[in-house]
Amino acid sequence: MNLPDPFNVIVSGVGGQGNILIARLIGRVLAQNGFLVSIGETFGAAQRGGAVFSSLRISKKRGYSPLIPSGQGHVIVGLEPLETLRMLSRFGNADVTALSNDRPVYPVDALGGRDKYPDPKQLYAAIDKVAKHSYIVPATEIALQLGGAIMANIAILGALAETKALPLEPEEVAEEVARTVPAAKKAENLEAFKRGAEAVRRLSETRAA
Amino acid sequence: MNQNHSISFTLGNEAIARAALESGVNYASGYPGTPSSEIIQELAKQAEKFGMHVEWSTNEKVASEGAAAAAISGLYSLVAMKNAGLSVALDFLTHLSLTGIGDKQGAMVLAVCDDPDAHSSGDETDSRWISRFAYLPLLEPGDISEARAMMRYAFELSREFGCCVMFRSYTRLSHASSIIEPAEPARVPRTAKTDEDMCLTPYLGKVKHAATLERLSLIRERFEESPFNRYSGPENPEMIIVCSGGGVLCAQDAIEILGLGARVGVLRLGALHPFPDNMVANTLKKTGMALVVEEVDPFVEVHVKDALSTAGLRDLKVYGRESGHIEGFGEITPDRVVQALSSLFKLDYQPRQAEYDEIIKREVAPLLIDRGLAWCPGCPHRASFYAIDRALKADGRRGCFTGDIGCYTLDVFPGGKYQMNMLHAMGSGAGLAGGLGQLKQFGYEQPVISLCGDSTFFHAAIPALINAVHNGSSFLQVILDNQATAMTGFQSHPGSDVDAMGRAAVQVDLEKLCSSIGCRVTVADPFDIAGTVKTIRNLLKEDKGVRVLILRRTCELVRMKSEKTIPFKMTVDQDKCRGDECGVCLSQFRCPGLVRNPETGQAEIRDDLCSGCGACAQICPFKSINKEKNIS
Repeated sequence: MNLPDPFNVIVSGVGGQGNILIARLIGRVLAQNGFLVSIGETFGAAQRGGAVFSSLRISKKRGYSPLIPSGQGHVIVGLEPLETLRMLSRFGNADVTALSNDRPVYPVDALGGRDKYPDPKQLYAAIDKVAKHSYIVPATEIALQLGGAIMANIAILGALAETKALPLEPEEVAEEVARTVPAAKKAENLEAFKRGAEAVRRLSETRAA
Repeated sequence: MNQNHSISFTLGNEAIARAALESGVNYASGYPGTPSSEIIQELAKQAEKFGMHVEWSTNEKVASEGAAAAAISGLYSLVAMKNAGLSVALDFLTHLSLTGIGDKQGAMVLAVCDDPDAHSSGDETDSRWISRFAYLPLLEPGDISEARAMMRYAFELSREFGCCVMFRSYTRLSHASSIIEPAEPARVPRTAKTDEDMCLTPYLGKVKHAATLERLSLIRERFEESPFNRYSGPENPEMIIVCSGGGVLCAQDAIEILGLGARVGVLRLGALHPFPDNMVANTLKKTGMALVVEEVDPFVEVHVKDALSTAGLRDLKVYGRESGHIEGFGEITPDRVVQALSSLFKLDYQPRQAEYDEIIKREVAPLLIDRGLAWCPGCPHRASFYAIDRALKADGRRGCFTGDIGCYTLDVFPGGKYQMNMLHAMGSGAGLAGGLGQLKQFGYEQPVISLCGDSTFFHAAIPALINAVHNGSSFLQVILDNQATAMTGFQSHPGSDVDAMGRAAVQVDLEKLCSSIGCRVTVADPFDIAGTVKTIRNLLKEDKGVRVLILRRTCELVRMKSEKTIPFKMTVDQDKCRGDECGVCLSQFRCPGLVRNPETGQAEIRDDLCSGCGACAQICPFKSINKEKNIS
């Protein structure tokens, strides 16, 4: 795989969705594979219902600033479609890969009608349009079927590994998930990972057909 | 595949804490504040294993005094805080610089974490100026591995010169993570003892000032030779970027993006005060212009200009924040350095294709509605503010509301009710209310409410309350007691039953404390919304003296962590909900767990977000929100 160096990945979402865990898990696998990885995170006030994202700079040369320059994202992952699109508008370019959960989390101003949350179909269409490769997966739905919305991040992780957009193998990521999650929740999390991966496989097959 | 399973990411703050451990720190104290909190948190975890004393202090001044006492007694100590906290500690620190920490071979490092861009702060103050004001040697790392080396050096410098050393971090260092090589913490046996004479008296202040300046001039000589100040790049570059802190990696990024490696050199500075004038002037002789890249203020920039002027290099052009090539506010980013370099080298750099930008502008931007901050589902603050709003409206006298620092500042974000009229510093709500409560003779007729959280109350509101009681002011002080320093990550405080190290601790009793200084104290549960509204109305009517209302309910995130249950299964009765005709829950209560069904306009519960607190069941005028005990 011929990667740009540095390779820049963004994992976005809404405070509390678990974007930091995704960033750290893939960061660990990449570091095991010999990459220098720096991660930037959002803490504090923004975690309270705000838009949050983790950034990963992946390189064989040196440690990079955790801040990704505008328009220089290579892979953009989102736990919420509006946030995926927000990150694409800032870091996207004609070669970017995007992967997003399909489930909206409404901003507080959209709850009482001060703002209108766009029709999710419009969001998916926009993501498809501005990303070279795009994958919209039902990560929250998968997680809810398995007993808890919080596992959406693991479903997205399974999907991400399956896109092959990053220099890592799905098995390596699954092993890291198994090591990281509490033993009592291991089976559900690995199942979420697997179903996330299947969702991407189905998308790729539909497109190929 | 590599089988190394021990790889883990280290947060900048964790690296700082580990470096302190590697230096053999014995005593660590601080007050939580983003982005500094994880330093003390990490040390607290290791306290027992390494025989340290680690505490969350009531405020930053007390934390600094405790750490200084340890250092004066021959121990190694660390005190950590955010930039705003430094102002609280400053009175003590300026005096400590004059006495020094003595010659018992102790050491004291002051770690201050600034928040450029004010991501999680009311200000983006650049604490580096304080190093000059308070005569503190200053170190500022450019990346995580340098932070570690520099923290260890800070302890040695402090021990050698017998003075407190300031170590400046910032959001993009404290909250970045990378992988660092593990190292063994030092186990140096030290015994504490004091026999120093350290009294500052009138006149002596001048004598001590002279000695302090002498000490700083010796440290300057060290900094002139310091390996933390170093040049890399071409022998005769067209430009040298002088950078420090967050500017270092951003400068490297920008040079690489623009392909300027053969034309631009980098002078990275980490040992900043006293400023290494000669080293900087000698390095800059190689070039005709310098761009200073730092955050937030032009601290290095003014020192560079000063150094060049002293060296007679007045023709050398210096660009940066002061010249406007980088705006004078906000954090430093690779983008901003790219922009400054593009303008100085007259380069036309486009980060992405023009057509792509066009599509983003035309088709994407209109979809991007803002995502305002809001209290978590189940947060007791939402219910408290809802009740205060109702009570003030019913009272009808346009009450004035002073706020404070904590999760309740979200009142002035989209999820809140925008009720607060004033919001400044820790404990300032009570001080401002005390002043407003004295204005009756000037025609002031509004009732005054001040509000703060439990941790903030202990930090700085108590003197203001005592002042108000003694001087006969009149207002209602609301204390939102959620049993946590919630915004910064649930650290303990004097009202908690455990301390930072997890040991059982004496809880300072809020009610007794407030009554003992002469306040009338009432306690209520914010989830009893109707009862709370009534209580607040009555307290507002009293209109005399300082009344304290404690609204007590554990932070939902803390509750969820320990109980791991959702208390109630919430449903909306679609036959009773009036939808858009009413909208009380959606437009006034505004919990993210309640959403509007776009087809019917009625409210619905989002099971993936609802915490099952049950509070919203009380606010529906048509009793359409039902709560049912969750048995699962």
